[in-house]
Parts: sequence; C-alpha cells; structure tokens
Amino acid sequence: MDPLFISGLSISVVIVVLIKVVVVFVFLLIATMLMVWFERKVIGDMQNRIGPNRAGPWGILQTLADGIKLFFKEPLIPDRADSRIFRLAPYLSFVPAFLVFSIVPVGGVFRDGHDGTVSILGHETFLQLADPPVGVLVALAMSSIAVYGVMLAGWSSGSKYPLLGAVRASAQMVSYEAALGLSVVSVVLLSGSLRTHQIVAEQSQSIWHWTIIAAGVVPFVIFLMAGTAEIERPPFDLLEAEQELVAGFNTEYSGIRFALFYLASFMNTITTSAIIVTLFLGGPDGPAPVGPALIWSLFWFFAKLTVFLFVFVWFRATLPRFRYDQLMDLGWKVLIPISLGWLLVVAAIRVANDRSYTFVQILLVALAGAVVLAIAGLLLSAAMRTAQRRRELEAVKGA
Amino acid sequence: MGYLEGFGVTFRKLFHGSEDGRVVTVEYPKKKRPKAIRFHGRHVLNRYEDGMEKCIGCELCAGVCPARCIYVRGKDNPVDDPVSPGERYGFIYEINYLRCIHCDLCVEACPTEAITESKLFEFSFTNRHDAIYTRNELLVDDDGKPKRLPWEDWREGEDEHTSAWMRATAPAGSAQYEDRVAWAGELGYGVRPPEHGQRLAEDLLVATDAAQADDPEEQVRQGVEAQTHGDIHPHGHPQGGDSGPHS
Repeated sequence: MDPLFISGLSISVVIVVLIKVVVVFVFLLIATMLMVWFERKVIGDMQNRIGPNRAGPWGILQTLADGIKLFFKEPLIPDRADSRIFRLAPYLSFVPAFLVFSIVPVGGVFRDGHDGTVSILGHETFLQLADPPVGVLVALAMSSIAVYGVMLAGWSSGSKYPLLGAVRASAQMVSYEAALGLSVVSVVLLSGSLRTHQIVAEQSQSIWHWTIIAAGVVPFVIFLMAGTAEIERPPFDLLEAEQELVAGFNTEYSGIRFALFYLASFMNTITTSAIIVTLFLGGPDGPAPVGPALIWSLFWFFAKLTVFLFVFVWFRATLPRFRYDQLMDLGWKVLIPISLGWLLVVAAIRVANDRSYTFVQILLVALAGAVVLAIAGLLLSAAMRTAQRRRELEAVKGA
Repeated sequence: MGYLEGFGVTFRKLFHGSEDGRVVTVEYPKKKRPKAIRFHGRHVLNRYEDGMEKCIGCELCAGVCPARCIYVRGKDNPVDDPVSPGERYGFIYEINYLRCIHCDLCVEACPTEAITESKLFEFSFTNRHDAIYTRNELLVDDDGKPKRLPWEDWREGEDEHTSAWMRATAPAGSAQYEDRVAWAGELGYGVRPPEHGQRLAEDLLVATDAAQADDPEEQVRQGVEAQTHGDIHPHGHPQGGDSGPHS
C-alpha cells in the first residue's frame, strides 16, 4: 500500500478516494440521524415511555424533522459574544468528529493470509478512507481539537454559564485524554504499529488475538470509561448539566449552529464506538460461515458498532451524573494509575515473550515487582501520614 | 455488585415496560386521562326534567364572580309560555371565558342549581367573539346534553357533566350527605345519585358517638369502626372538607 501516493497519482486513485470520502460522509450523516432516533427510542423504552413516534414509521424521521426545524430557526449571536470565534466554534467541534472516522477500517478480509485489500476500479485499496502511519494518534489529535471547539464556544459566548461549562469541559477532556492515550499504548504495544489497518490485521488471526483479550480487559474498560468522558456523554455529562449550567457551553447557541454541536456529540458517539471496535474487538474481523467473506466483515463491523452504540445509550439510561470532584478523582487517581500500571505489566509480558524467559526468571521479575510495589505503597502512606500530621500541627498553631 | 444491578433494571425495562407491562405515556389527543372527580370545566345551564330552564335570572352568580366574567339580565316570564318555573328567567346569560378562572363560586351561589360546570376544558376558540359564551350556547339541548360547539373537543361520555358542588351539601349546610336528596332533577339525567365517596348517615353517627363517648377504650374501638366504614367509602374524609361558605 501507498498511503502518500509516492508511486504516482492516477485519475483512478483520485476517483477512489473521492468515492470513499462521499461514502464516509453520507454514512456518518445517516448514522448520526439514526443514532439520535435510536437513543431516544431505546431510552424511552427504558423509562416506560414511548419515545418519538410522530414522524415516519416508528418516528424514524424525527431527527430529520428536528434538523429542518433547527435549520429554519434564527441563529442568534449575543451582543457580548466574540462573533467571529462564536461562529467558528461549532465547526471546530463538528469537523474533527468526521475526521476520526476516516482511519476506521470498516471492512476487508484479514484472515487466512488476506491483507484486507479490495479492488476498486482496478486499484488495490483498503476499506478505510485513510491509513496514515500515525494512525490512532489522529484519533487522539482530533479529540484534542474538539476541546477547542467546546472551549472557544463557551469563551466566546460572553455569558457565564457557557464559560463555566467550557471550563469544566476542557478540564474533563484534558484529564481523560491521558487515561485514553495510556490505554491505547497497551494496544499499540501488542500490535507493534500505530496504523489502524495493521492493528486490525494483528488481531484478525482468531478471536483470542482481539486486544480486549490479548491485552487483558483492563485497557478496554479504561478506554470505554475515558472515551465516554471524552465525548461528554452520561454519566460524564456534567459539563452540560441542565440543572446547574442551563446547557453548558452551548447555552447561547441556537439554530443551525446548535444543530452542529448536537450532531457532533452524536457523531462522536459513533466514531468512538468505531474506534473501540477497531482497537479492541478486531474491527471487521469475524467468522464467515457462508458466502463472500467481505460482506461478513462489513456485517461484523456494524454489528459490533451497534452493540457499542447501545451500550452508550444504556449507560445514559442507567447511571446518574458524576460530581465534579468525583470526576477528577476517577480520572487522575484511578484511571491513570491503573492504565500506567497495566502498561508496565503488558510491556513486561512482551519483553518476557521476546526473550523467552524461563519460569524462574518470570517468578523473579514478579517478585521484584511485588517488592517495588510494597515499598512504593509504604512510602506513599508514610508521606500521606506526614502531610496529615503537619496539617494538624498547623491547625493547632493557627488556633 | 450494587453498581451493576441498575444496568439489569434498565435492560429488563426494555422488554417489559413497567411492572404491569404498560408505558406511562398517554397519547393525549388520541386518548385522554380520566379527569378529577370535581374538575371545573366549561359551564352549562341546566333544565328541569320537564324542560323548563332552572335559571331565574337572580344574578347571584354575576355578583359572586371574582373575575367579573358573568353578565346576566333577568326578565319576567311570559305569561302564556313561561321559560322557567319561577317568576323571572335569565334572558341574557353570558360568560366570558377569557376572564373566567373556573373557581366554581357561581355554581355555589346559584340557588336553583341552574349553572354547573362540566369537565370540558378543551375548548380552544380562536377569537374574542367565540370566547363569550351566550345563553344559547351554555343551555343544554332538549335531551339534556350540553351543546357541542365546533371548537370544543367532546368525547364519548364526557357530557356526563357533574354538578358536583351542591351534591356535596346537605340541607343543614354541611358538606356531608345526610341521607336526604336535597337537589333537583335534571333534564336527561333525572335525580342524580349522591356523589361517589360521600359518607352515609350511619358513619356519621358512629363518628359522633365516638367523639362523645367518655370511655377512652370505647373511643378507640369506635374510632377503629369508623375507620373501617370510611374504608368502604373511599375519599369520604377528605371530601368532607370542602364544604363551602356555609360551614
């Protein structure tokens, strides 16, 4: 493969890329539309309600109706808003949501010696829009850019609730990005590559090679939690807590600009699910009992995607919202240490595999690890006790 | 695992709905919730069972109305063709629903139970002219049913309007039903039964005896008895409370 087209750029390459862009664009828009409907319907069922049932069969056109309504509403700009940034912010949040999906392999046969290529217009290509060598870093980078969208939206509104929401949002996204990145490192360690295509190929030998099993469940769980926080969905949606912040960073937005934020949040749900499927569940990998394996790979990818979309809706229906300090505690004191520790374990196992350690060597390493952990724990508790004693002494002196 | 139980709850809801398998949503324009027993809706002017109008044009309703939304003018009955059994009748009767607050004071003031409130609140007129209901619009039909105006949303059974207030009031002026029908018949419905949930005379006697008894044990026993009687007629106790200005 030749992602940068060093070996020449022919008309068929351009057409193939254009087709892919259009397909991904249209797919994401339709999927977002259906996702909004799916979420409202499922959450309605879970709360003994009916959910949308007016527009189209089972209310499936509800999002379309909402979109048309929002399109014709007045997009208001507050007097004290910084109007240029105010107009830019929705796109900063909307465009990255699209771009993340470009690195997701949605199909392709990887098993039995195939390398996941398909032939379109006589041109060998992957079923993904782009396969940059930096791969998953693109996803992390895009989620970082999305922070700017949220932050600038809140800042430029010239209003206090959006500002508070934006401060919360950027703090949350920055904190959880650390845990997100560290859990991705475990995946990268296993596959030995940042390219999503390679990551999927490495997982595609059998179900036991899927990262969720090969790397232990821990990175997957951390990625799921940090990913939920990253896309600001419940239970981590305190940055748009209606009761406290009216609507958070998008309070002052209306009309089509609000619709962009709204769509971006649901599109982020889809892309995050797609990234989880790619990194941890083998992407389009799965058995192909009958018929062409390519169709099966598409089926497996979308089936896994749907499961995760449901899981996100399920989270929202079940879990109450975190408080701000609980959120920060979970991010910094639980998720980051665990993902760091797990990264060490995965790295140790990789090294042991590469050098084919004997049982005694493994035992020694494990023992050494346990000793280091115990000493670190003792030091930590001693430090905490000292700090507490000092605080108490200061309190006595102060009184 | 306490954390994970909640996921089970929401997941089961997906297939079963609430406990009895229903959703709580009422699809309003298609179906309606049953209305409260003494709901105050749009007024009707009633007739006696022989078709005579009950209104005698005394203007007490207009006088008591806190929103000043009722306009009544009485007139002597024509000798050869009387409209009401009394001396006079209301020949102009108008209620302005842009002002009416549905407090039911007009119903309480009416000495002949001529004006009562139905349970209809879904009448969305679109101009001020329609908002002022005239005597012809308020008066019940020849079969005793309220007139159905084009902008009103009557459903089957909703014209079973209740003249609730006076049927809660005994001749003594208290809100208790005292085993004596103290209200007149209505065209189309006859003499209506006492309001559902009102206490009957024997319950009252037990309650009074219990209050007067000296022996505390006796008090307790009869109190319990009164309680059980009260259970037979639910809502009996709270409804005794809204007795109106007479008490």
